[in-house]
Amino acid sequence: MRKVKCECGHVNPLGTVLCESCGKPIAGNQHIDGNDGKKLLNMRYDGMARRSQTYTKSFVDRVWSFFSSVKVGVWLIVIALVASMVGTIFPQEMYIPPDAPNRAPSVYYEEQYGVFGLIFYQLGLHNLYSSWWYMILIALIGVSLVICSLDRFVPLFKALRNQKPKKHKSFLSRQRLYSESYEITDEEVVKLKEKLKKRRYKLTEANGHILAEKGRFSRWGPYVNHIGLIIILLAAILRSTPIFYMDEYVWVREGETTVLPGSNGEYYVENKDFILETHDDERFRETLEKEGMVASNYQTDVVVYKATRPIPGAEPELEPIVEDSIQMNQPLEFDGYELVQSGYQLNEFTNMTFKIHETDDSNEESLGTFTVNLMEPESEFVLDNGFRVVLDQYYPDYYLDDDGIPASETNFPRNPAFVFFVYPPESENAEVSFLGIGKNIDASGENEYKLGIADFEMHDVSGLSFKYDRSLPFFGIGAAIFMIGVIQGMYWQHRRIWINRTKDGELLMAAHTNKNWFGVKKDIETVIEDTNIKMVDDQQELDEKEK
Amino acid sequence: MSLENAKKSKRKKKRNRLIFRSVILAVLIGATIFTIVSNSKADNSIYRAGDMAPDFQLQQVNNNNELETVRLSDLKGKGVMLNFWGTWCKPCEEEMPYMQSLYPEYKERGIEIVAVSLDNTEIVIDRFIDKYDLTFPVPHDKTEEVMDLYKVGPLPSTFFINPDGEITEVVNGALTLDRLEESFQSILPE
Repeated sequence: MRKVKCECGHVNPLGTVLCESCGKPIAGNQHIDGNDGKKLLNMRYDGMARRSQTYTKSFVDRVWSFFSSVKVGVWLIVIALVASMVGTIFPQEMYIPPDAPNRAPSVYYEEQYGVFGLIFYQLGLHNLYSSWWYMILIALIGVSLVICSLDRFVPLFKALRNQKPKKHKSFLSRQRLYSESYEITDEEVVKLKEKLKKRRYKLTEANGHILAEKGRFSRWGPYVNHIGLIIILLAAILRSTPIFYMDEYVWVREGETTVLPGSNGEYYVENKDFILETHDDERFRETLEKEGMVASNYQTDVVVYKATRPIPGAEPELEPIVEDSIQMNQPLEFDGYELVQSGYQLNEFTNMTFKIHETDDSNEESLGTFTVNLMEPESEFVLDNGFRVVLDQYYPDYYLDDDGIPASETNFPRNPAFVFFVYPPESENAEVSFLGIGKNIDASGENEYKLGIADFEMHDVSGLSFKYDRSLPFFGIGAAIFMIGVIQGMYWQHRRIWINRTKDGELLMAAHTNKNWFGVKKDIETVIEDTNIKMVDDQQELDEKEK
Repeated sequence: MSLENAKKSKRKKKRNRLIFRSVILAVLIGATIFTIVSNSKADNSIYRAGDMAPDFQLQQVNNNNELETVRLSDLKGKGVMLNFWGTWCKPCEEEMPYMQSLYPEYKERGIEIVAVSLDNTEIVIDRFIDKYDLTFPVPHDKTEEVMDLYKVGPLPSTFFINPDGEITEVVNGALTLDRLEESFQSILPE
């Protein structure tokens, strides 16, 4: 493999832009950093040979050099941005509103958004952010991030570690800040060095040539920043595994104890009470009248139990472990899990009390009452006065189906209806009554006795999220490292001042910084005070003036 | 001599670089594949054909059936049709008569129907059983724990389990009589 020998004697690897030792631009390689036809040197990565730019031998090398291109990285980010935007045109599948007429995505999108909705659905954009190609795109950004960083960090690190104070004149004179001074004495140089040290420059000397440098660590900022980003991506991968993230939802009725889904039957929760409070401050009376009810508190008083049971479904043994109130944004935490107040339904029926009276009694005087527990209804009620009532049919959520037959729409006692057989004392013949909310139907029209709803009790249902997210600390660490990297690169600058002396008392001074040129000029102004060293010219400014 | 050494060290460097790059690329590709696989698996139906059916035990509430509790592992050696249903669910109601019409014959031939009800109250199940004269066991999953265990979505959902306890087929939605009989053939004990 060819190596490039510089006139200073140093042998540089192929692809070097500026000699590793003396900094002299290497003929024929200036295009790599875009130096062609420019007076000033591009100091990017200090002119080191970036491997990926020169060797493309094996398949692995070819893949490597593809991903090491910043251009590729930027395009990947642009594509990901566009894809992410496309996903927001219509709601994602998980955000189809619960009250939509038809929540099946195959129907919903076309019904709601017409032909564009249909295309959106058929292209699978309704699940864009968890689609395999979107994840691959994000992964490719991650790959590009890792390889770009490694491919630049390693040579830059080497370049900055092996800096030589002596540089070629063409390197120095093509720096942005440059001056030539004559007849400079050793005393003046000693003074200069002391002042540089005072300003916290680190000096490297060889044969009277000086390199003064400070803030080198600011050059690592971007790489530290990328490490943070990579940790955030890793945290996102961890979050997709059940070990690090779980989010389940459970409805618990007041007074009910139910298993927490996703805990493998290990935990049960009891809802002791659900509380919905509203604002009723006199000062806001007018607004409240206009706006309607405004909630001030959603709260569930719960007991969490740890369960032991041989296999799923078997009757568990429950042992209470926590008893607490869960409020909105104040979840209950136990054993690394969280229970979060996430929803509610008011006013399900708990029980209903019925009374029997004679059909033609206009005062509806009660002959006896019985109570139906809607969570566990009994099928027969025997009253003290000899009446016997059989609950023939129970519809927890009554509606008439397409054929006009009574049926239940859901499993929950939201709109209960009943068919009762009423047996009067010492009678074997039943009278049939149908009762529901606002309905009281005498099937035969000849009933001697009528039923009526005397009383009822209601309960609320609380919706709780049961979850854990163990990936959060990793996101935190990643974000902190990201921020450290930003600060490192933003608030410090890598300043270098080269001072080379020739035998005839000539002193060449050149300076480079990655940002804040004003600062480095100020530094130079201070350190050359009381000496005959000429202040550096800002050749970039001169360039512009000439134009 | 020194030229040879230089060549040697260069070859070594090249090899190290190749190893380094290959390892990094392999790790990155591995992480990507892992993410995609673990995300695609997060879909709701965790148990698929080929998986072993997880065991459970529930109270049996059908008075026409002699079992008091149903434990899936007790049914090893028999083909099991594990059906999840509710009285309020219309498609469940449609397939029940088909199940009952095949039950007496296939029970003789070694198939058990286990129809897990997700109703809240026993009385509605009783009335439903009376209406269709069901004789197969109806375990009552009041807390929906078994439903959660099988990651059942919308009802009805049916798992066909062969005599070895392995799920051979998962059907989401109602079954027709023909389809039901066909599925029974595949889980018949030898």
